[in-house]
Amino acid sequence: MKKYAKIGLYLLVLAAAIALPLLLNMSRKGKNHISILTLGMVWAIAALSLNLILGYTGQASLAHGAFMGIGAYCFAILFERVGINFWLAVPITCLVTALIGFLVGLPSLRTKGPYFAIFTLCFNVIVLVVFFNWTWLSGGVQGQAITLPSYLSQRWVRYYVVLFFLILVMLIERQIVKSLAGPSLIAVRSNENLAEAVGIRTFREKLIAFTASCFLVGLAGVFFAMEQQHLSPEATSYLASFYILIYLLIGGVATLGGPVVGAVGLYWLLSRFEKSLGDFRYLIFGLILIFVIIYFPMGVVGGIKKLWEWAKERWGGKEVPSDTLAYRGPDEEVRGVSSD
Amino acid sequence: MTLLRIEGLTKRFGGLVAINKLDFDIPAGTITAIIGPNGAGKTTLFNVIGGAMRPDEGRVTLDDKDITGWRAHNVAREGISRTFQTTALFEELPTWVNLVIGYRMRTRSGILDGVFHTPRSVRERKDTSQRVLETLAFTGLGDYADKPAGSIPQEAQKRLAIGVALIGRPKLVLLDEPTGGVGLGETDEIISLIEKIRDSGVTACVIEHKMRMIMHLADHIVALNFGVKIADGNPQAVCENPGVIEAYLGECIA
Repeated sequence: MKKYAKIGLYLLVLAAAIALPLLLNMSRKGKNHISILTLGMVWAIAALSLNLILGYTGQASLAHGAFMGIGAYCFAILFERVGINFWLAVPITCLVTALIGFLVGLPSLRTKGPYFAIFTLCFNVIVLVVFFNWTWLSGGVQGQAITLPSYLSQRWVRYYVVLFFLILVMLIERQIVKSLAGPSLIAVRSNENLAEAVGIRTFREKLIAFTASCFLVGLAGVFFAMEQQHLSPEATSYLASFYILIYLLIGGVATLGGPVVGAVGLYWLLSRFEKSLGDFRYLIFGLILIFVIIYFPMGVVGGIKKLWEWAKERWGGKEVPSDTLAYRGPDEEVRGVSSD
Repeated sequence: MTLLRIEGLTKRFGGLVAINKLDFDIPAGTITAIIGPNGAGKTTLFNVIGGAMRPDEGRVTLDDKDITGWRAHNVAREGISRTFQTTALFEELPTWVNLVIGYRMRTRSGILDGVFHTPRSVRERKDTSQRVLETLAFTGLGDYADKPAGSIPQEAQKRLAIGVALIGRPKLVLLDEPTGGVGLGETDEIISLIEKIRDSGVTACVIEHKMRMIMHLADHIVALNFGVKIADGNPQAVCENPGVIEAYLGECIA
């Protein structure tokens, strides 16, 4: 039953996502919302890519903002300056980002835990400085403009393009996690020593996950460039890394829905309150982050999942079938005890 | 026939010699027990054989192949798997997924096979689930298949850890206190599991403190004290060895 409920929920959200621009397109204000939602979905792709290396493989990369920026610039340069076809530039960008990710991963993934986070954060800072100073590459503070093909000039077209790729990325991530390769990634997160002892080449697994993650965040960069139509070096800022991280944490790590809910929801809220609250909105989001981390360590989606299972156990009276690869918290035992 | 041969193995931690010029053989198809007081170097020996630590001197050969100083994952792929003294499992994952991970080194499909659902991926998934079912039956963990590994009883966790080590069809399993932390009344299933392992043709090497159990289970015992081998032979001979009695047993039990 749960399976049908889940599929039904997904279809409902999908239908809403398809219908939304049709409604919003009717008013001038609504058109802005289309753009905000499109960017939200771009961040969702980035959060999904971070989910692969952080959520499933357990390595906290703080360089995903840089890779997203690199993807955006790579795409802009290929499309705008070199003059490659739009849809050909997309896969090339992803491959370039993946290659850079691979090269960065080679040294950085040999460090563990917080050291990896620091290493990647440093890389991000370096990238930002490089893009500020290599004006021949980035256009410097003037930035790099992108002139879209005419069929992409309408907001709602870009919305559907990004929606399509968001769904594609979700499906790819689902396939990876459910395949035989998925458990090896999770094994690295769960118990690295044991993973080594059962023959999993943990460094290789991390490198594969990191490269794949950079491939996907390159895609996010492409659509970031497409929607913004103008890039400045700030596009590679480490602030973006933290945004992606926060979207993922609040939405729910190691889930498929979490990164999307977190990114689209939070990005929309942040934009919504930009005018009225200014920079004070970050105070509120700091509080939300603290609240979520304390009470829903698995994020909003993880929390809903847990509530759902708890409710089923309480009123359904039946054994909860375990969701194959979903994260189970250590307090799993407690739940069974409290059903008096 | 010798499966694993240890020659002149030495491991030092600074000034402390944890294992000192150790020589012994593990015959194929047997249960070999490693005994000795705390700090004798038993777990260090497992760490060195299993690749978690590099030895300072000496050689480890498996089936005449030199595996000295290999990384843990390569040792595992070569056919030596192990369990840990403090039961190590992928705790948040269901029992059956723990087994899937244990068998992963025998499959080759990567993430692209998963994304594109290649024939290799399909074939290996089938192979894996077949093997998982076999191992669930072998270890008697069928009832716990869907439960998170961290939530099943301690004794079942011990069997699962053995299952994770066994599922990749090793030649040799190193079991570090397989009944440690389990009540005396609950050890029967683990003991019969270890006997089943030997009967299925896999060589086992066990670190244990429960002497009565070891005397009945082991075909061959190696006794260590302060990193040095003090006895090596069949249970009766080791049990009657004056050095072993002085260092460890106090009196003969068997």
